[in-house]
Amino acid sequence: MNRYNRHIILPEIGQVGQDKISNAKVLVIGAGGLGCPILQYLAAAGIGTLGIIDFDVVDVTNLQRQVLYGSSSLGKNKAFAAKQRLEDLNNEITINAYAEKLTHKNAVNLFKQYDIIVDGSDNFDTRYLVNDACIIANKPLVFGAIYKFEGQVSVFNYNNGPSYRCLFPNPPEEGAVPNCSDIGVLGVLPGIIGTMQANEVLKMVLELGSVLSGKLLCYNALTLQNSTLKIKRSEATIKSVLKDKDNFQDKTPVDFNCDVAVEPISIKEVINKDNIQYIDIRETHEEPKVDALNITYIPLSELESRLDDIDTTKKKVLFCQSGMRSIRAVELLQELEINNCFSLKEGAQEINDTYKVLKTSQD
Amino acid sequence: MRINIKYFGQIAELTQIEEEYMECSGRLVSDLLETLNSKYDALKTKDFKIAQNQELVSAETELTGAEIALLPPFAGG
Repeated sequence: MNRYNRHIILPEIGQVGQDKISNAKVLVIGAGGLGCPILQYLAAAGIGTLGIIDFDVVDVTNLQRQVLYGSSSLGKNKAFAAKQRLEDLNNEITINAYAEKLTHKNAVNLFKQYDIIVDGSDNFDTRYLVNDACIIANKPLVFGAIYKFEGQVSVFNYNNGPSYRCLFPNPPEEGAVPNCSDIGVLGVLPGIIGTMQANEVLKMVLELGSVLSGKLLCYNALTLQNSTLKIKRSEATIKSVLKDKDNFQDKTPVDFNCDVAVEPISIKEVINKDNIQYIDIRETHEEPKVDALNITYIPLSELESRLDDIDTTKKKVLFCQSGMRSIRAVELLQELEINNCFSLKEGAQEINDTYKVLKTSQD
Repeated sequence: MRINIKYFGQIAELTQIEEEYMECSGRLVSDLLETLNSKYDALKTKDFKIAQNQELVSAETELTGAEIALLPPFAGG
């Protein structure tokens, strides 16, 4: 009797469908609460090539919900421990374990080796990295995230659909949204949400039903209420991710303080950082110009009407002549709900001077 | 206009209810937000998106709907 008999006898799947599953290559980011059920069902279903990336090790507090692991897995790397369990579950598939951290450097090349990427990570940095790398590598992304008793599921970047950034353009401030390790999570919740993600993967592979693209499913385990909200694709958002394609590998997370308060920052703190859009908000006639950096020119008087020129995927550093008008500009942008904007303490002349000093010390 | 407002995640924790009905005489979604901001002080500090009749909208959208949802991002996994 064939291992996949219960699939094959379904007329909607059959041997043809099962072959599609065997030919599919799926990468799962994170082998934790969401990753475990995703991996378990995809391995059992016979996904031909299954990738697992996780740098973390199994901890006793994981066992309440991370169902691939047992006492014998404690202290082992999750990608390896998951692979070991899944090889016992299904020895007819190929399982690639990557015991490393997903980074801007390795993401795009890794994603290119798979057909579908499934996000089971547990932090915003990784989620935005996964989203952007999926856009660049042109791979569909099955998204799932949980908070205490609630979950969100969607499929992004699928057949010209929206991306995660079309829904939430920028990550919230660090610490603004607590994670499971700080506030707890109902153990069965990632099981439900992860299983929904596995279901979306199989629907895409089998070309069955309607894929959850352009929609966000919100699930509440306590009320059993589902809400499905429509999301539109934002071309500008996708374009601004693609615009950065060539520099993507070199990006390092920006770590300067991102308080909502308009606390001006110094050019010395940011000049070496990546992923920043510098905006000169002076009127066009004002001198000196800043030539050393890549500058977007949006005079303060035009700011409100030129929001499309603001790169939502980057931190924005605004400057003027003396650091006064840029404070006003940042306040204005915050009122318009544009996050991650910073006012520079110094003016254009000091930026040029700082750059000169930096350049001399590097030469 | 009588509007059914739904709260998710951290927003529901802040409002301490998952949904409520509210009268709003304003024209835009932002008018309703203002009312909510004055009712729930800490709302201003939270990240969330707004859906009107199950469709993501901006605050400048005209208030037409019977249902508004406030949706925060989740990262847990």
